[in-house]
Amino acid sequence: MAEEEVKLFGTWASPVSRRIEVALKLKGVQYEYIEEDLTNKSPALLNYNPVNKQIPVLVHNGKPVAESLVIIEYIDETWKHNPILPADPYERAMARFWAKYIDEKFWPAAMKIVVAKGEEQKGEIDEIQQQMKNLEGELKEKKFFGGESLGFLDIAANIIIWLVVAQEALGMDQILNEEKLPVLYGWLQRLLDDAVIKECVPPKDRHLDLCKVKFGSSIASK
Amino acid sequence: MADEIVLLSTWPSMFSMRVRVALAEKGLEYEYREEDLWNKSPLLLKMNPVHKKIPVLIHNGKPICESMIIVEYIDEVWNHKSPLLPTDPYQRAEARFWADYVDKKLYDIGKKIIWSTKGEEQETGKKEFIECLKLLERELGDNPYFGGENFGFVDVSLVTFSCWFHTYESYGNFSIETECPKLIAWTKRCLEKESVSSSLADPHKIHDFASGMRKRFGIE
Repeated sequence: MAEEEVKLFGTWASPVSRRIEVALKLKGVQYEYIEEDLTNKSPALLNYNPVNKQIPVLVHNGKPVAESLVIIEYIDETWKHNPILPADPYERAMARFWAKYIDEKFWPAAMKIVVAKGEEQKGEIDEIQQQMKNLEGELKEKKFFGGESLGFLDIAANIIIWLVVAQEALGMDQILNEEKLPVLYGWLQRLLDDAVIKECVPPKDRHLDLCKVKFGSSIASK
Repeated sequence: MADEIVLLSTWPSMFSMRVRVALAEKGLEYEYREEDLWNKSPLLLKMNPVHKKIPVLIHNGKPICESMIIVEYIDEVWNHKSPLLPTDPYQRAEARFWADYVDKKLYDIGKKIIWSTKGEEQETGKKEFIECLKLLERELGDNPYFGGENFGFVDVSLVTFSCWFHTYESYGNFSIETECPKLIAWTKRCLEKESVSSSLADPHKIHDFASGMRKRFGIE
């Protein structure tokens, strides 16, 4: 059997980078992790992703794959055990739809909340709670979006953890609370408790500090 | 049991056209329903409650939304002919990457050319648009299609923009053929396919449509 060489270019605090780590660990794939400094991108990264010049990039036997959701599908198709995407074409389309929704609707709305103030923030909160209600509708009674185990949408939805941490760092009331969003709240607890997810989130203290620096510039410093 | 396929669409939408091309590639019969986006049908609002947008494919009563997700679904369900994605995982990843690039860049940048009221924004849009097309042209290389020897996923994602080229050129005052001759050659090659020529709108009708919309928004 040929030696597999798998490298992941990422950053410790990036949810899209961490998604790839989740996928690789679910498949039991050994990989070399390279931490990038986004203020000083390596020649290797620029060579492997000349179009977007961004992380994450997966390099498999010298060949690069970019864009987190594209990478996850590549991983799922290359290492076929422990499937991440469902087998049924309709369910696959649904998983892809909701993953795209998270990246293109939910996440920009989440970013607006953490920087908005006063009345504007209230409007953004209403918007994102509606987004989260939509996601709850997709989860229904399941343990995870993927069913009994983590699936494509659970991995994409890891980004919700980043919103939770950002809100904690800023001393905001949690939007994703048990009272308002019980179904999603339950899912989040199960996600945070999952062994693989636990290995693929930034160290809490460092993450909180980073959020304070990134989003808290309007808050008077001590 | 026959499949029941309905497509909720609008005739000028390059996103709807992608689904039409895919359905035609697979030789599928379907019911086409033209939507009025100023007065969305109850069916559209029910089938796409999250985005309330077209295209929506309804297959045996179940809706699928987002054009390239629909195209991939069509490719997976009707896999008996004209495969749009290759079988090799790496080639599939490359195809998804470039289709995603077209999705994320071309439409939004193109909007600046047609709908912008500020000259500077329009100029920037034009420059960025040309850069994107040049990058795509480089990616095409000397292949007849983005899918290599065969028309494929990336071809579907991009070819439907070609009926809007005349409109971009007209408002941006530039020639895509001058900037990207190989890309225009590729669009002509694609238009030789029945699935493409029967699915794309007439470029002059698109231009009239855009002109009408600009007047409606007070830009023209």
